[in-house]
Amino acid sequence: MMTRPATDQVWHWLAEVPDPEIPAISLVDLGIIRDVAWQGDTLAVTITPTYSGCPATSVIALDVEAALRAHGIEKLDLKRQISPPWTTDWMTDEGRAKLEAYGIAPPQPAGGPSRCPQCQSPNLERISQFGSTPCKATWRCRDCLEPFDYFKCI
Amino acid sequence: MTRDEALFQFLLRMGDNTLILGHRVSEWCGHSPVLEEDIALANTALDMIGQTQLWLGLAGEVEGKARSADDLAFLRDAWDFRNVLLCELPTGDFGQTLMRQFLYDAWSYGMTDWLKGSADPRVAAIAEKAHKEVTYHLERSGDTVVGLGDGTGESHTRMQKSLDYLWPYVVEMFEKDKVDEVLADAGIAPAPDDLRAGYDDITARVLAEATLTLPEGSYVHKGGRNGRMHTEHLGHLLTSMQWLQRAYPGAAW
Repeated sequence: MMTRPATDQVWHWLAEVPDPEIPAISLVDLGIIRDVAWQGDTLAVTITPTYSGCPATSVIALDVEAALRAHGIEKLDLKRQISPPWTTDWMTDEGRAKLEAYGIAPPQPAGGPSRCPQCQSPNLERISQFGSTPCKATWRCRDCLEPFDYFKCI
Repeated sequence: MTRDEALFQFLLRMGDNTLILGHRVSEWCGHSPVLEEDIALANTALDMIGQTQLWLGLAGEVEGKARSADDLAFLRDAWDFRNVLLCELPTGDFGQTLMRQFLYDAWSYGMTDWLKGSADPRVAAIAEKAHKEVTYHLERSGDTVVGLGDGTGESHTRMQKSLDYLWPYVVEMFEKDKVDEVLADAGIAPAPDDLRAGYDDITARVLAEATLTLPEGSYVHKGGRNGRMHTEHLGHLLTSMQWLQRAYPGAAW
């Protein structure tokens, strides 16, 4: 029987699993991994979906399973938890910085991006409340004129 | 009627509303007036289908006959659906689609807000998740109703016609029957008419800003949420939505 890796080690492995739709950030950056715990010889990982209909949810579960199996985890229990509901407050500061560097404005409590991720101008306009994935909206910079994704704040 | 029998009916009502309206909205995919609206409608539909999985998943669990959310969605016929008639009406034009969405979102907003405090923690958990999405939907559908209602002469006329056509379907969302009584007594779900005042506040504010007026008359269309009589439109919708399971029974991904 394999020795049980420490949960800190497991968190570290999960921090290397990219989000399938926004690969610039990891699942841990996104804040959807809620718990990692050993229950006897079974590793229980609790995942909270971002949006109830997000098609990436099942891919995320597959990716988590594949990553942990590759690190030798044999008995794995993936749990889906919807309460408390996911909030962008759970996104890590590192995740926010990675998003902006990738060209996606990170979520802001004000409900809109604070600056253009390309040129940093605060002179912005909203194009659509929705975007290419359930978690994003579409904005445009009035100075550099580039359209960009904004990660919705919920 | 036991509490679980009432809860099963209630969960079908919640899940069938989001399923049927979600399917209706998804019919716009690839057909919207502009790309951004196409994406917005598809995302709204996706949220509602996601909520359906939660509501109907719990319905199957409460029923205790090992029926999954998919079983309930794809293996029932029209008479077993419990959505309100408003959700099954054809989409109409873009304006009518957004007017219907607004009239539904405003109800769904109040309902999920109440259910966050449901005595059944499983119901409360779903409502907590759904309410965040519904709040976003309501903001958009309300803004669009204002934009089109207080827009050009043509868009105003279309929005007023949509409101005149859809308003008689609104009453059904606030109807009360034995299912509601049992659940209200247990603190699991609200008495539907308790949500009416909050609904009227939202619709009055948005419709006034949209320069639209509520139609006269008290005629109401109902019969969906209690399953007494759906419109002819539901059967047609199901032939499309359930086509795969009808043609290839038991087919799976």
